Amino acid sequence: MKTLRELLFPLAAVVAAFIVGGIVVLAVGDSPLSTYTLLIGSALTWPDGIGYTLFYATPLIFTGLAVAVAFRCGLLNIGAEGQLYAASFVTAWVGITCAGLPALLLVPLCFLAALVAGGFWGAVPGVLKARFGAHEVITTIMMNFIAVALASYFTQYHYKPQGDPILETVPIGEGAHIARLGRFVPGFPERIPLNLAFPLALVVCLLVYLFLWRTRWGYEIRATGANPAAAQYGGIATGRQIVLAMSISGALAGMVAVNEVLGYRYRYYDGFSSGYGFTGIAVALLGRNHPVGVILASLLFGALLRGGLFVDIFTEHVSKDLVMVLQGIIILFVASEALFRGLSRRRIKGV
Amino acid sequence: MLELRDITKRFGDVLANDRVNLAVAPGTIHAIVGENGAGKSTAMRIAYGFYSADSGDIVVEGQARRFESPHDAIALGIGMVHQHFMLVEPMTVAENIVLGIEPGSPLALDLKSAEARIRVLSEELGLAIDPAARIANLSVGQQQRVELLKALYREARLLILDEPTAVLSPQAVAEMFGILRRMREQGKTIVIVTHKLSEVLEISDEVTVMRDGRVVGNRKTAATSAAELARLMVGRDVLLRVVKPEAKPRGPMLAVKDLSLTMPEGEKRLDGVAFEVRSGEIVGIAGIEGNGQTELIEALAGLVEHGDVSGAIELEGKNVSQFSARKRRARGIAHVPEDRHRRGLLLDFNLKENSILGADDRPPVAVGPWRSWLNLDAIRRKTERILKAFDVRPPDPQLPARSLSGGNQQKLILGRELDQDPKLLLVAQPTRGVDIGGIEFIHRRLVELRDAGCALLLVSSELEEVTALADRLLVMRQGRIVGEVDPKRTSMEEIGLLMTGGNAAA
Repeated sequence: MKTLRELLFPLAAVVAAFIVGGIVVLAVGDSPLSTYTLLIGSALTWPDGIGYTLFYATPLIFTGLAVAVAFRCGLLNIGAEGQLYAASFVTAWVGITCAGLPALLLVPLCFLAALVAGGFWGAVPGVLKARFGAHEVITTIMMNFIAVALASYFTQYHYKPQGDPILETVPIGEGAHIARLGRFVPGFPERIPLNLAFPLALVVCLLVYLFLWRTRWGYEIRATGANPAAAQYGGIATGRQIVLAMSISGALAGMVAVNEVLGYRYRYYDGFSSGYGFTGIAVALLGRNHPVGVILASLLFGALLRGGLFVDIFTEHVSKDLVMVLQGIIILFVASEALFRGLSRRRIKGV
Repeated sequence: MLELRDITKRFGDVLANDRVNLAVAPGTIHAIVGENGAGKSTAMRIAYGFYSADSGDIVVEGQARRFESPHDAIALGIGMVHQHFMLVEPMTVAENIVLGIEPGSPLALDLKSAEARIRVLSEELGLAIDPAARIANLSVGQQQRVELLKALYREARLLILDEPTAVLSPQAVAEMFGILRRMREQGKTIVIVTHKLSEVLEISDEVTVMRDGRVVGNRKTAATSAAELARLMVGRDVLLRVVKPEAKPRGPMLAVKDLSLTMPEGEKRLDGVAFEVRSGEIVGIAGIEGNGQTELIEALAGLVEHGDVSGAIELEGKNVSQFSARKRRARGIAHVPEDRHRRGLLLDFNLKENSILGADDRPPVAVGPWRSWLNLDAIRRKTERILKAFDVRPPDPQLPARSLSGGNQQKLILGRELDQDPKLLLVAQPTRGVDIGGIEFIHRRLVELRDAGCALLLVSSELEEVTALADRLLVMRQGRIVGEVDPKRTSMEEIGLLMTGGNAAA
């Protein structure tokens, strides 16, 4: 019953967004019905539609979890983008530098590099907040610029193959590659880049759930987010929880590197993220900062990304920006729910 | 003068006012009493046009009226002084009073004529308020008088006062009552909303009692008693006096030595505080709010965030002044904070999660390597134990703490803290916003805890509460302990003088 009600509002927001989006489609001169049929249909075909939908959803699960964990601690992590860039470059660097190692060693090493680099990139704003009260929104945005610029610099001047016109590093060692799902699933072609990072993302969702609701550390992080003054009263060192939450958040964002570097491109590619870190904020918001919600929201946004490409190609007037419009409206509705709840609470409190 | 007829008001599922009937005779002081959530504030807000009733009539001087907003009520001569003042601190008294009805043209504010009128109003009642003074420089009592003037300036003939004495020292309360009596002599009508029965009996001519959204009684004040009013409010007989045996204190538990708290700007919030609390006694601290009591409790609990704490805090002879809040808890210090919403509870968390606040880092709640895992079974048992022992209603561990009434929230906090088996309990404002039935329960528990050998340090702004509960009473003013009195032998006047430093106007 409670879960049902929890689902109701996000669902209503999605439906409302599709209605408004339909009006936009109509206004630019296409049929909403055929556009939506195309959008949704192309995301659900087997194996390509579903394969790509899940592939696009994978990084969103990681960044959505990253934002959700920080949010549970009362922090708005705008820096998942920077954290995943930092992690991806460092992962690629380890994959290049230690290319000779066997897969059994190199894959865990690269994974560890992703966690440490992402976690460090998240920890810095955490420490700044806990020690000096620097607002995490500002510092994480700044850290985004630094991560992107540093990764571009190192790629351009140290790790780019000779004569390559694209800004990317040399490939990582073969031992660092992780398998595509096509190798295990009969009838699922290996050309689809969906890889082991996706099941990893589901496992990580479970782990995050257990961490937040079954461990004392999770409890202390949530208490800090819910009411820092009460948390301190209960003996919780809130500064430490902030650093911990931001480190975990960064590490989760960093796991995008597993999908992108180890499972798909096998190198660091400048500007590879189409704003996964920022879409992660939308995912967390729609998913109510809960791991299960994050999975559902990621699947929706993954499907929209996949379908958007088809809408772009096969309609006359609608471009894939329709997806951005839909995302934007969903977020507007979800965000305004907090407003509705706040209002009703205030009225009852007036008794 | 003012009549409410069959007023009904619903907020969602809650019936806040259920066919409320109330008649206020002109030229009288009419008290409205009831526990929290009895609907008295709602009824008054309807009378002031702040809410509109779902059904029923408001009758002013014989004529039925409809109020769309407080403007309509003000136009008919009804004024309201809220519990929380609505004043702009950097502005002067006159500027505050004319706010919204500024005299003169929009481009040339005519403050002079306003000031002259305010001076006349103030002198008629003996309020001693200078219209040119800045609000920020006035005491709380004076600010309240500015609120009164604000209503009088708008030519209010009927004044509604919501809990007017909550923030005042005993002397300031006496002065306030003098002012109200003078206003009655001038022919004004006054409605005073309160939960303090002694004040009702002292000031009012007539009293209306509310319970669960209904009017349950109406009495001439001269013909009723505190016991009868309390019975009407709660619906059963209530013990108004704290019954406690003589304290049998043992060795010292807490020794505070030369404790000071210096703010970064150099101000001393605590200044050389020193005292002892023994096992098996309740030491009370009296004082007007804002004289360092909050800081003292937070310094003892290890919760000071700004400023430097110096001096020693010895628990069983061991100086714990450098310990974190967690380490102090582990050593047996429990704490019922003064503001349960800000500090005491995680309002959006359920009762289970609130029951382990302060105990989440050790067995049986935390188990496994590094005590990382929460033992859900132990948490459920602990929560049920607390809810049962302290009669928290409704006893549903899954409910968010926000959904409990103030009294039940306070019982949950008290239960949680006592579940730790404390050696020293710091308890601040234990019954603020708690209804009479809950007050009785909490007082009894505190005395039982004392008799079980715990040391208690009690801070309360309710003088009657500290004098009734404490075995020894310290008075604080401006961050210092200015005296110790025997609560059994002292008088309100003696304590009041210590609290204000002999300056009755403060």
